[in-house]
Amino acid sequence: MSALRQIAFYGKGGIGKSTTSQNTLAALAEMGHRILIVGCDPKADSTRLILHAKAQDTILSLAAAAGSVEDLEIEDVMKVGYQDIRCVESGGPEPGVGCAGRGVITSINFLEENGAYEDIDYVSYDVLGDVVCGGFAMPIRENKAQEIYIVMSGEMMAMYAANNISKGILKYAVSGGVRLGGLICNERQTDKELELAENLAKKLGTQLIYFVPRDNIVQHAELRRMTVLEYAPESAQANHYRNLATRIHNNAGKGIIPTPITMDELEDMLMEHGIMKAVDESLVGRTAAQLELA
Amino acid sequence: MSMSETQSVAEIKERNKELIAEVLQVYPEKTAKRRAKHLNVHEAGKSDCGVKSNLKSIPGVMTIRGCAYAGSKGVVWGPIKDMIHISHGPVGCGQYSWAARRNYYIGTTGIDTFVTMQFTSDFQEKDIVFGGDKKLAKIIDEIQELFPLNNGISIQSECPIGLIGDDIEAVSKAKSKEYEGKTIVPVRCEGFRGVSQSLGHHVANDAIRDWVFDKSAAKPAAFEASPYDVAIIGDYNIGGDAWSSRILLEEMGLRVIAQWSGDGTLAELENTPKAKLNVLHCYRSMNYISRHMEEKYGIPWCEYNFFGPSKIAESLRKIASYFDDKIKEGAERVIAKYQALTDAVIAKYRPRLEGKTVMLFVGGLRPRHVIGAYEDLGMEVVGTGYEFGHNDDYQRTAQHYVKDGTLIYDDVTGYEFEKFVERIQPDLVGSGIKEKYVFQKMGVPFRQMHSWDYSGPYHGYDGFAIFARDMDMAINAPVWKMAKAPWKGAAQPRLLAAE
Repeated sequence: MSALRQIAFYGKGGIGKSTTSQNTLAALAEMGHRILIVGCDPKADSTRLILHAKAQDTILSLAAAAGSVEDLEIEDVMKVGYQDIRCVESGGPEPGVGCAGRGVITSINFLEENGAYEDIDYVSYDVLGDVVCGGFAMPIRENKAQEIYIVMSGEMMAMYAANNISKGILKYAVSGGVRLGGLICNERQTDKELELAENLAKKLGTQLIYFVPRDNIVQHAELRRMTVLEYAPESAQANHYRNLATRIHNNAGKGIIPTPITMDELEDMLMEHGIMKAVDESLVGRTAAQLELA
Repeated sequence: MSMSETQSVAEIKERNKELIAEVLQVYPEKTAKRRAKHLNVHEAGKSDCGVKSNLKSIPGVMTIRGCAYAGSKGVVWGPIKDMIHISHGPVGCGQYSWAARRNYYIGTTGIDTFVTMQFTSDFQEKDIVFGGDKKLAKIIDEIQELFPLNNGISIQSECPIGLIGDDIEAVSKAKSKEYEGKTIVPVRCEGFRGVSQSLGHHVANDAIRDWVFDKSAAKPAAFEASPYDVAIIGDYNIGGDAWSSRILLEEMGLRVIAQWSGDGTLAELENTPKAKLNVLHCYRSMNYISRHMEEKYGIPWCEYNFFGPSKIAESLRKIASYFDDKIKEGAERVIAKYQALTDAVIAKYRPRLEGKTVMLFVGGLRPRHVIGAYEDLGMEVVGTGYEFGHNDDYQRTAQHYVKDGTLIYDDVTGYEFEKFVERIQPDLVGSGIKEKYVFQKMGVPFRQMHSWDYSGPYHGYDGFAIFARDMDMAINAPVWKMAKAPWKGAAQPRLLAAE
């Protein structure tokens, strides 16, 4: 058995992390790898396409019902879906109450202590968009995920988030073994998207692992709560995910310690590519009406 | 024993300054720079003690301080005897602060009074992750069912409540409504707030203002006022302190309508805005509410000190000055009445304690308030400091209490305190339980000045007699004569090995 690979998908909220990760993991499963997906989002929708349903029994909801997480067995929380992919969802409180971050920590500790990582080749963590607190950084701390894949696009805020996540990785890279595996660009069809993504990857000291083109077939599959791999295995899009899966598989041990850039450098980069115009500093903070008078 | 007897003030100042320089030397540069501001030798005539205070402690120095939760639950709210105080959060904070302050009270525990009981929401992991508001609501229901004679509930927040953003105010309001306007007070005294327990006192005072006063203002008045109504503010009835204070006020003709908060009740808190004068003992922990009552209800407040006959007499006259001649005469009568007792105590103990030196390190008011009592016994306080005092405490200390050359140490560190005592060799150290055995093992007599070492009361004339006895007992215990290291005695013939 090859050594356990632990990877995680991070990225701005709504960028397509869960979709990209589930399709990629389905492709990895197709290649014969044994996969465990750990959903680390209170919404518990990281395994929906694999299970054809939103997981109802999250670790935290079951633990709350049973009394404590110590009262649970691994069988209670683990579901098996497409291609025998094992799925667990951490779950968490409804928005606005409690501490979802603590929930992630509790769940991951539970999984480790209860042998969820035995007899598998890949553990993949799918984490809430913004690393708002220490709990959501759990997968990149303490030698959990070895490689982080950042899902991004050519949009300014997605790149901004990618840079921020790199800062988080840098913070823990020295104390633990976490590395940046690369960027995955989920095409939004913005201007010069590929060029920008490649440039950002370069600046962060990493590579653009794959550029996933936009295709409506992803939405069609998603409406049926399926991955493209299952819904339309012969499609071009399914092949793109297979390519991405192969690249990730071959990327073992090639992760790097990222070199995040400053906000100014990021803006310079956008200007360089003509996405953003140079801002006249004298105009900053002035309303249209004020400019009219000037 | 004491070196100060043979030293001039100038020599003492010189020695103290050297001592400060010496302790600062062992710190890293940055720490030394910060700690230097908290240590000083008092110069007579200055308006304060020349130290910075109420600043964050430095990690690693072993501060003696507590937290905001300790200040609210442990000090201000805990002694209110007919209310139930929930330690809201994981079990440790409630468990380790359980009945720790010897706040005496009258009542049937578990029936109509609850001070020595411990109520906790005992947070588990799921309460952190999913929030604890539902659990809190359930606890309130259970309290209502199990302890129907409780007159109110307070919710003392431990750290996680603030971290996870529980809405304890909403739960309090909803439950208050459900239980026909019952007083339920949410207190945001999370331990991580502020630099010491001091912020907890303030938060607790504000909670009384917002959740007791404002609420009770709507209740119909069942209170018949008299011209001589006073409230004792800032006496926690440690070992019965408030009782031995209260009788003096009553004997001079005043009516004590409330005790804050030792042996106090919710009704007493509610009635206090009707007092003619608030008399304030622990300024640090309850000046906030006193100022509020002055501002909102026009009630004057007056600080007093009931440690030792000199300060008691001074305080009784000061309190009486707010009232008519009847009370002024009453004050004189009380002072005269206890003169014989005072004289007897001093006659007995002063010869045994004369010239003995004391170093203090305590909380709220005691680093200054007890100085007079020691002086009445012929003793001298040569060093003092506050755990969590502010500059106004050091002003009061400088202007009314300490002598020229007194060593002042704010938020003293474990290392500093040991070094100071080692070098100054006082005849007595007065501080807390954490310090007690360190100094006793150094061969220095010690009294706990938070809990009165399970004795008390120390307030009032009755308290002074007990105070004098306890200090004598500590200092003149025969055990200290046996504390000399055997190898420091006269050389013994070494025979045993040869046998």
